[in-house]
Amino acid sequence: MIEPGTPAPDFKLRDQDGNEVTLADLKGKTTVLVFYPLDFSPVCTDQLNVYQEVLGELEERGVQMYGISVDSVYAHKAFREKLGVTIPLLADFEPKGAVARSFGVYDEEHGMAKRALVLIGPDGVVRWSHVSPSPLEIPGVNLIFDALEAAPA
Amino acid sequence: MAESLSSAEPPPPGPDDHVRGDSGPLVIEYGDYECPYCARTDVMLAELPVRRVFRHFPVPSKHPRAQALARAAEAAGSQGRFWEMHDSLFADQGHLDDPHLWRRAEELGLDLERFERDRRSDATLERVRRDFRSGVRAGVMTTPTLFVDGRAYAGIPAPELIERLRAGG
Repeated sequence: MIEPGTPAPDFKLRDQDGNEVTLADLKGKTTVLVFYPLDFSPVCTDQLNVYQEVLGELEERGVQMYGISVDSVYAHKAFREKLGVTIPLLADFEPKGAVARSFGVYDEEHGMAKRALVLIGPDGVVRWSHVSPSPLEIPGVNLIFDALEAAPA
Repeated sequence: MAESLSSAEPPPPGPDDHVRGDSGPLVIEYGDYECPYCARTDVMLAELPVRRVFRHFPVPSKHPRAQALARAAEAAGSQGRFWEMHDSLFADQGHLDDPHLWRRAEELGLDLERFERDRRSDATLERVRRDFRSGVRAGVMTTPTLFVDGRAYAGIPAPELIERLRAGG
């Protein structure tokens, strides 16, 4: 798991609409990366739905949020529509899980990202990170707000 | 800016919480009237000798009517019929549109004009938001989530929890 104080590894991924998103694009704003195992698994559904409810408040604080899983661009598009969320989803698809691996949150045994949150400052340095002990344990939104208050951008 | 959403224990029952039962272990539930697991949990809890608090945790991107239903229950509550509306909503989750809410309100003998006004009021919206925010701060990520003795139990309560509550906690 990537530690606070470490510069976030560079990456280049596509979102649900095929647009390229790189680490450089995130700089200038505080970012929460939400690594999650898979689209369409019932627990993730609740996670992004609840995060969606506080997105406005994160934005008020100048914070942007991205979801990341090993699913494809097209799966992300469908998943996002099904959930009714506006959080952009990044496809860590090819090479599979490479970005999750570079952040130290890849589950080699199951071939998917662990459930993890990474807070990156506007300078591209990791401010806080959290990995769930199991895919069934969903990190609460409160943890993100705790981290924002403990490590203001 | 609104009050922080950082971690905090779920607040103890306050004067405007909805509390049912006057003895037994305290169960604080965060739920949503459009959630089938919450309806199932409601039936299970109703049979137990517990003191229950129900708080709203509507997640509209998942359940589009959840917010409107929480407000309807609050509006019934302002005419003293919160639990009656609560029971009515959970008893039939197939009829949750506005005309169905009017019918339910009529059946409960509510003043319909007042019900309409109340369920759209800022005070009602704020009341529902307050519950949601206290749930977020307590780490609620799914419905139902029950708090017993300060511990969170997500999802339909497991048989062990039910047995423990039946035995008095």
